[in-house]
Amino acid sequence: MKRQNVIPLSTDEAPPIIVELVYQMKIKDVMTTEVVTAAKHDTLRSVQQLMRARSISGVPIVEGRRLVGIVSVDDVLTALDNGYIDDEIQDHMSRNVIVLEEDMPLSFAIQYYEKYSYGRFPVLGRNRMLSGIITSRDIIVALLIRLDREFEKLERQLGKRPLELHGTLRQQFATRRYDFEHAGRASTEIKKILKERSVDTKTVRRATVAAYELEMNQVLHSLGGTISLQLSAAAITIQADDIGPGINDVDDALQEGYSTATEWIRSLGFGAGMGLPNARRVADEFRIHSSSQGTHAMATIYLQEGHGEGIGTGSAS
Amino acid sequence: MKVSELEALLDGRWVHAGGREQEVSAGFTSDLLSDVMANAPENSVLVTIQAHKNTVAVAGLAGIVTLVICSNRPVPDDMRAAAEQEGLGILTTALNQFETSGRLYRRLHAE
Repeated sequence: MKRQNVIPLSTDEAPPIIVELVYQMKIKDVMTTEVVTAAKHDTLRSVQQLMRARSISGVPIVEGRRLVGIVSVDDVLTALDNGYIDDEIQDHMSRNVIVLEEDMPLSFAIQYYEKYSYGRFPVLGRNRMLSGIITSRDIIVALLIRLDREFEKLERQLGKRPLELHGTLRQQFATRRYDFEHAGRASTEIKKILKERSVDTKTVRRATVAAYELEMNQVLHSLGGTISLQLSAAAITIQADDIGPGINDVDDALQEGYSTATEWIRSLGFGAGMGLPNARRVADEFRIHSSSQGTHAMATIYLQEGHGEGIGTGSAS
Repeated sequence: MKVSELEALLDGRWVHAGGREQEVSAGFTSDLLSDVMANAPENSVLVTIQAHKNTVAVAGLAGIVTLVICSNRPVPDDMRAAAEQEGLGILTTALNQFETSGRLYRRLHAE
């Protein structure tokens, strides 16, 4: 049977802007909160009438706000075929309901449509109570609205982009919040590019430290962002731009040992409060600006002799 | 010393034996990845208990040759796969960081 509800969107390999969106958007931003429900002592016929009246294809069964089962249009058709449409719901409902949670990223819902052949997923909120329901239509509509906005933004930015300088290389990488799977990829690529262009080892190390710390800072503390490399004959510039929520006190964040990281981040060996200080230390020039709209940091390392002497990485012997 | 000598020196077991013929000239002990990133010397052995994939990324970036995971912490499959890709070795040992560092220090400074 052809799977009808699969959303043909890869949550890893789609263009970065889409991947970012499906990780940024939460299930609760997309789900329908007015859920049509029934109780387990109602009859299947009452569910059939509900489905017809409200043009829906699945009805969660609840006790209070607690989800106890679900009845789909298939269940109703089977009941009609087999003549038990006047039975109570509890005798025929599916009890093993696959659910989503409202704080999960939207990517989970998309992946669920690939894994399970259901048309809809009930969504649980705090205390595991039913808080909404999500269909593939909800997802597609929400994505279209967001994409429309993103495209408008992109078009505005394209108009403003300065011309590329002759001989300057630019490369940009996206980061995502808590995406430890891909954390370090931007810095690894940047290191490779610099090595390929025969930048000396010490300078590569300094640029790598700056790139890595700025990248991890985004993965650990921002909602996502980009790391950009700009390489000219005179300097390497690593620029980090994220979309928020911003650093409360930049001066605090630049002090060694200051950290807002949670316990589990620390248990992975991150969040020791050395990130931004490290990035600043290895750079010849370091600028950072932060607001609730996002944090923008720039680390510049000079390539020409006479600049930046005496600034080591600590490993320099 | 050569990477291949670490197994006997630390009573360890290779989870992934990468770059066995490479020369190790220094060691570095830390569980804070930013510390490793900032301060670990090139061509060194990293002594740590951080058995996860991100440690491999940091080691690759910092030019570390081999990771020694102490106290027999289990190494997840994706960490081993990352090490294979980076060409790094991973050795596990029952020794803790202190004991491991001590043996390494003695050996490297005897040279």
